[in-house]
Amino acid sequence: MQTTQEKIKKLTGSKAMNLALRQEMERDPRVFIMGEDVGKYGGIFGSTTGLYEQFGAERVMDTPISETGFIGAAIGAAAEGLRPVAELMFVDFHGVVMDQIFNHMAKIHYMSGGHVKLPMVLLTAVGGGYSDAAQHSQTLYASFGHLPGMKVVAPTFPRDIKGMLAAAIRDDNPVVFMFHKTLQGLGWMDQLDASLGPVPEEAYTLPLNKAQVVREGRDVTIVGAQMMTVEALKAAKKLAERGIEAEVIDLRSIKPIDSETILKSLAKTHRLVVADEDYFSYGITAEIGALAASDGFRYLKAPVVRLATPDVPIPYSRVLEKFVIPDAKDIVNAVETLVTA
Amino acid sequence: MKGIDKNDLLWMYRKMKTSRYFEQRMEKAYLEGKQPVFNIGAGPVPGEMHLSTGQEPAAAGMLVHLTKDDTVTATHRPHHQAIAKGVDLKKMTAEIFGKKTGLGKGKGGHMHLFDPDVKFSCGGIVGAGMPHAVGAALANKKMETDRVAVAFIGEGAANSGAFHESLNLAALWKLPFIVVVEDNAWGISVPKNKSTSVATNDIRARAYGIKGYLVKDNDPMEMYRVSREAVERARNGEGPSLIEIETYRFLGHFQGDPELYRDKAEVPKLREKDPIERLKKYILKEQEVTVMELEAIEKAVVNEVDTAFEFAIHSEFPEPEEALEDVFA
Ligand SMILES: Cc1ncc(C[n+]2csc(CCOP(=O)(O)OP(=O)(O)O)c2C)c(N)n1
Repeated sequence: MQTTQEKIKKLTGSKAMNLALRQEMERDPRVFIMGEDVGKYGGIFGSTTGLYEQFGAERVMDTPISETGFIGAAIGAAAEGLRPVAELMFVDFHGVVMDQIFNHMAKIHYMSGGHVKLPMVLLTAVGGGYSDAAQHSQTLYASFGHLPGMKVVAPTFPRDIKGMLAAAIRDDNPVVFMFHKTLQGLGWMDQLDASLGPVPEEAYTLPLNKAQVVREGRDVTIVGAQMMTVEALKAAKKLAERGIEAEVIDLRSIKPIDSETILKSLAKTHRLVVADEDYFSYGITAEIGALAASDGFRYLKAPVVRLATPDVPIPYSRVLEKFVIPDAKDIVNAVETLVTA
Repeated sequence: MKGIDKNDLLWMYRKMKTSRYFEQRMEKAYLEGKQPVFNIGAGPVPGEMHLSTGQEPAAAGMLVHLTKDDTVTATHRPHHQAIAKGVDLKKMTAEIFGKKTGLGKGKGGHMHLFDPDVKFSCGGIVGAGMPHAVGAALANKKMETDRVAVAFIGEGAANSGAFHESLNLAALWKLPFIVVVEDNAWGISVPKNKSTSVATNDIRARAYGIKGYLVKDNDPMEMYRVSREAVERARNGEGPSLIEIETYRFLGHFQGDPELYRDKAEVPKLREKDPIERLKKYILKEQEVTVMELEAIEKAVVNEVDTAFEFAIHSEFPEPEEALEDVFA
């Protein structure tokens, strides 16, 4: 990315998404948006605010509650050469449209021997922490990362959100773009410093397959995505007060996982904690744990620590939800045990 | 109207009043801790809150004909449906406050209320309750009972695949199944004419070869009459029905909805036609009921709801570790 003479603005996650969508729609007439309440409402999580007014109902299409229909239609339109962005309001609703996503969006390019391209983006909101309960609070990174054929990204900070969304729209492959509700900087949710950040105003893209070291340290590597990155940074600050320097890696890409960045860090710190808002089994913590055990074994001085939401649906009551979703305190405890062991 | 049972109307009045007053208290409780700055996760009742105020006739007019052995699957906007089905109000309120004494021990919340004692369930995935009610109707038929199963959905849900597959199944197997489509004109911000290819969903019933009814203008008495016919037909083995009722959403899609998409004049106009007031007038005019009798009902309602809130507020929260229980039987 160029850093000279560019205009930088402080934007929230949702404003950064919004700007990327606007710029890509201005740039390429093949881009259009479909989803529930993306029109006048501007998207429940604010990603399409003002786009209906600027581009009209033809390019910012409110859909019926017909996920199989309109996400399937995005696949069909992409195969014709358009570049649809379809919003699945909450990732939890993917169950309704699983077949279209897993059996078609993910596989058509391969099954056609590479002859059919699906340049489409599936935008979807993830995350809990505000008592929206079992069917509206999941962070299903692994469910999407598991199947071959889709790029899956989950950026944390506004600058990455903008650049990676632009890249996703320009990519010739289906990209699942997960944004975290709490990182959108919405007026009606928890206010987080991390949801506001510097964003270059001009259009730019960032790679879809690269993690980022967001804090350097020598004693332990903490890997997370989205809210777990935010919690890891909080934890790192606390740990620093106790003389422990944690390196924090923000995954950004769920599929593929940037093993190079993780292994490089591990070679330096020799200890690994992986934090995940998704469920424990078969998830990111297992995947990265396995990476460390196979390719990073020689670096490890201690067992890998996996912090994730245990294998239970997300409960409603605040006390219960707080208990299941990992936070900075859990990370601090894990790291302290790890470095003193 | 001929053949209306006075006790049925009084029952409906009580249920509609209960739901209304319950939601008035819930609206206040929900705002606690969310002022002056609204934060969805704050206060004693966090998360999303979908209120059904204005939609009471849809539930009461149908459920007056059901017993506790008939099955109901409801929506993400479930309070009027739950109350009219006879869900334990104390446990339901406690659930919404996230308490251990709640229907689901605090695990479910306002969109996920389950009371198997009266065969009630609801959920947060639009349209998903339809096939469950079809399955309950299938079970009723297999077990040779005369029980029926009723699915409540919104008009927005009538565009989901689950809706269409369910109607075909129910028709094909001639099940004792009824779907009540509560057409409150909006699916969040999307008006019905922007989401639905036909003007009313009774038209779609015809495509599946089942009986379709349309209840206009949120009319509690018409809902009562039409539902009675549909339930009788189901109990007699005459197959499924679809009832669409034009109803009113007095409040936002959820609490905190800025409602920038709808004309400010819409709600005051709807409120002038408050269905509870309409039912009250009808009862006083057409039945031998005194104002005092209705006042006694109103007093009982306040008492019942206040008791439920007291119970909920004073109940204990679950222990954090309880989050790990109840995943399996
Ligand atoms: C499968 C699915 N898609 C989308 C949503 C998000 N959502 C919740 S309620 C709602 C609108 C529902 O409209 P309608 O069925 O008319 O019921 P109403 O809210 O008006 O009572 C939407 C889109 C959801 N919960 N489930």
